[in-house]
Parts: sequence; C-alpha cells; structure tokens
Amino acid sequence: MTAPILADALGPRGRRQSRIASVVAVLVIVAGLVVAYRRLSERGQLDGDLYSPFAQWAALKFLLVGLVNTMKVAAVAVFAAMALGTFLALARLARSRPPRILATLYVEFFRGIPLYLLIIYCGFGLPSSGVDITKFQALALGLTLYNAAVLGEVVRAGILSLDRGQSEAASALGMGYWQGMMLVVVPQAVRRMVPAIVSQLVTLLKDTSLGIVIGYEELLRRSQIAGEFFKNPLQTYVLAALIYIAVNYALSRFARRLEVRQRRRYNAGTISVLGAGEDLAVVGAQGAAATTAT
Amino acid sequence: MRDTVILTVLSFAFAGLIGVVVAGFRVSPVPPLRAFGAFYVTTVRNTPLTLHFLLFFFGLTKVGIQFSPFVSAIIVLAAYTGTFVAEAVRAGINSVARGQAEAARALGMTFVQILAVVILPQAVRTVVQPVGSIFSALIRNSSLATIIFVPNLGREVDEIVTRTATYTPVYLGAAVAYLLLTLPTGQVVGWLERRVAIKR
Repeated sequence: MTAPILADALGPRGRRQSRIASVVAVLVIVAGLVVAYRRLSERGQLDGDLYSPFAQWAALKFLLVGLVNTMKVAAVAVFAAMALGTFLALARLARSRPPRILATLYVEFFRGIPLYLLIIYCGFGLPSSGVDITKFQALALGLTLYNAAVLGEVVRAGILSLDRGQSEAASALGMGYWQGMMLVVVPQAVRRMVPAIVSQLVTLLKDTSLGIVIGYEELLRRSQIAGEFFKNPLQTYVLAALIYIAVNYALSRFARRLEVRQRRRYNAGTISVLGAGEDLAVVGAQGAAATTAT
Repeated sequence: MRDTVILTVLSFAFAGLIGVVVAGFRVSPVPPLRAFGAFYVTTVRNTPLTLHFLLFFFGLTKVGIQFSPFVSAIIVLAAYTGTFVAEAVRAGINSVARGQAEAARALGMTFVQILAVVILPQAVRTVVQPVGSIFSALIRNSSLATIIFVPNLGREVDEIVTRTATYTPVYLGAAVAYLLLTLPTGQVVGWLERRVAIKR
C-alpha cells in the first residue's frame, strides 16, 4: 500500500530534481512551522498555564469521561443500526414489492437529509412533542436511524455478493426464506462486510460529536466546556483532536488489516460500498448499491 | 436554501482544488510532499467536522486568525471536504493503467505534465461517482455551519423553530428542502457517470 509514484525508478536527472524539490518542500514546511511557532509565542499561547490544567488528573479525567460517553453512544448506535440495517437490507431484497419500496424510501430519506437536523429533531423536537427521551437516547436514536440506512446498503451489497448457490442450497435443505437468510446468507454477508462496517464505525464515532448541538456530554462537548472553563479553547480543541485521531486512526488501521486478510481469504476480493466510511454523511443520493469489486 | 447552495458550491470549488493538489502531492516523486499530503489527510479525516468548526472559529482567534463566519465556514468545509476529494482522486489516479504514465514519461513529459495531461483526464471516469457522493455529503455538512452562526438552510430551520415553537412540520419541511437538493445531485451524478463511462 505504498504510494505509487507515477513512474518506476527515477533516472539520475529525475533523482536530482526530486532532491531539489524535496529540499525546497522541507524548507517551506519548516518556514511554516517557524511562523506558526512565533505566532503562538507572540500571542502567549505557549504559556505553561494554558497547558497545565491537563497535567491534573481532574481535568484529564473530565475529558476522558467524555470519550467514554462518546464510545458508549457509538457502541449502542452501531449495534442498533446493524440490526435495523440488516432488516432494511432484507426488505430491499424481498420478493414482494411493498417492503422493497418502503425500505428504499427509508434509505433515500435518511441518506438525503443532514444528520445535524435529524439529531436536533431527536434532541429537541421529540421531547417537545411529548416523547420522553434523554440526551443520550436522542443522540443514539439519530445516529441509529442514519447509520441503519448506510449499513443497510453495506449488508445488501454483501448479500448480493454472495453466490446464489448459498440461498439455493439453503432452500434445497428445506429451509424457508427467512430461515435461509438468517442462518445461511446474512452471517456470511456480514462477515464479508466487516471491513466496510468497521470503517463506517470511524464515521459514526466522528458523528457522535454532534452531541454538542443537543448538549450531550461527549468528548467534544466536554472539550468545549473545559476550553471555556480554563480559557484555553485552542489547546483543549487540539487535545480533543489528538484523541479523536488516535482512536480513529487505530480503527481505520484495523479496518485496513481486516480488508487485507479478507482479500487473502476470499481471493475474489472484498466488496466496497461506495461511500461507506467516507464521511459524516455518506454516499450520494443515488440509491443503487454501488458495489465495486476490487 | 440559497445560502446553502452558495456555501456548498463555493466550498466545493476550493475542496476540488485542494483535493487535486493534495492527491498530486501524494503520488509525487518528492517524499516531503508525500508525507505532508498523508499527514494532512489522516489528521483532518480522522477528526469530526464539528471539531474543525470550533477549533477554527473559537480556537484560532487566539493566535489572531480571524475571519467572518461565512469565510470561516468556507475554509473549514473546503479543507475538510478536500481530504475526501483527495482520497477519491488518488484512487482514480491509481486506477489508470501504469503503462499510461510510463508512456508519457517515455515522451519526456514532466511529472506535472503527466498528471495534468495524461493521468487526470483518464482518472475522471472513476472519480465522478465518489466525488458526487462527496458533493451530496457537503450539501448536508454545510448545515453544521450553523454552529458558527453562518446563515444556511439548517439555521433558518432553527430560527423558525424558536419563533414558532413547532417542531415536526418545520423539520419535515427542512428534510424535503434538503432532499430537493441531494436527490437531483444523485441523478446528475448518475447521468454524468454514464456520459463519461467507457465500455470495457
């Protein structure tokens, strides 16, 4: 997975040019860092007392509890979304028309609207309409509804990628449609889609930060509070960013590893659902499961 | 709705530029540029957009970097979306057969020439669909600019809700408005993709 350099090996002249360009690039980057450093120190942003709060366990713990809250809501949402998503995938592949249409509408709807609005609605709209819901539940609900649409497409692609023979064999054994699906097809499909699901998890984890708009105390909301309290928003947000990067980088590495392993196992290659794990709000409004075998 | 469209289109233009340049960095024969590209993409992609808004708007003021909310929103959205475009373009570049670059090199073209004249035009085909998804995501993500008080569809909704204290109908209306933007995008992307597709 090294970056291919649009060429094989560089010749002597190419090497020289590349070396000159490298030196220039490094100089530019270093110059940028120096400017940033001087700016920081001029404005007193390198003062020790802006950083010292985080040397205390209390402040650090405050943020870490935020991270735990983030993880909690992400965990609940991913399991609920997987369940709902599997159901949606089966509905979209059903033989009769009404479930197919309903599931398609669901997917198109939730993938077409901003998660931000959905979560605000769950957090403020539902309670004001008399639904008793905690901030945690509201955030988990919003994330679940949206991710079910995305993960549903992932599972659907997984099912479609399976050989027909699997479901045929299931019915030859006398299994009904649901039995065959739940016992034979879905487990294999999900297994195949694990890398895509893990990378969607990264997106989901980032999206939990929307808890800030409804006041759920996840990592970002707690960073905001800490930054205001210690009057060091810059430092606190950077620290929060580092935490997010650490967690998400680990997760995406894990996803990549799984993908490589799967490619080896199935030889045929993995299936990537376009957009899954790509962004806050994934995949284009185009509903068709854009599956590409790589 | 108009604000959302302006916000989206402007940031998308910059995001496209950033994306292509960073993708170029990541495949360039200059190691520091590759490292810089990789660093930029991994850090920005692995942090939430919400955090970028807060960091840029409330954090960087401390070092004297201050723009109007609107300009800040464009910068943040473009920088964030740019990483996704960069990854899509890089995948597109990798999808072009190696022989193409080799042939171009044999003709004595420079790296930038190879990329701009030979590789990128061919990469467009594979890039259309993912970039379309990114565009649609950007439409929806632009609603987050509300956090830093930028007028947009999402903010209007909040205001109407505060004024009228009605929730469900207003949010449904907003959902329809967003769908009116995102669904046609999907159609256009599908059409574009069929246009540029080659029969293999």
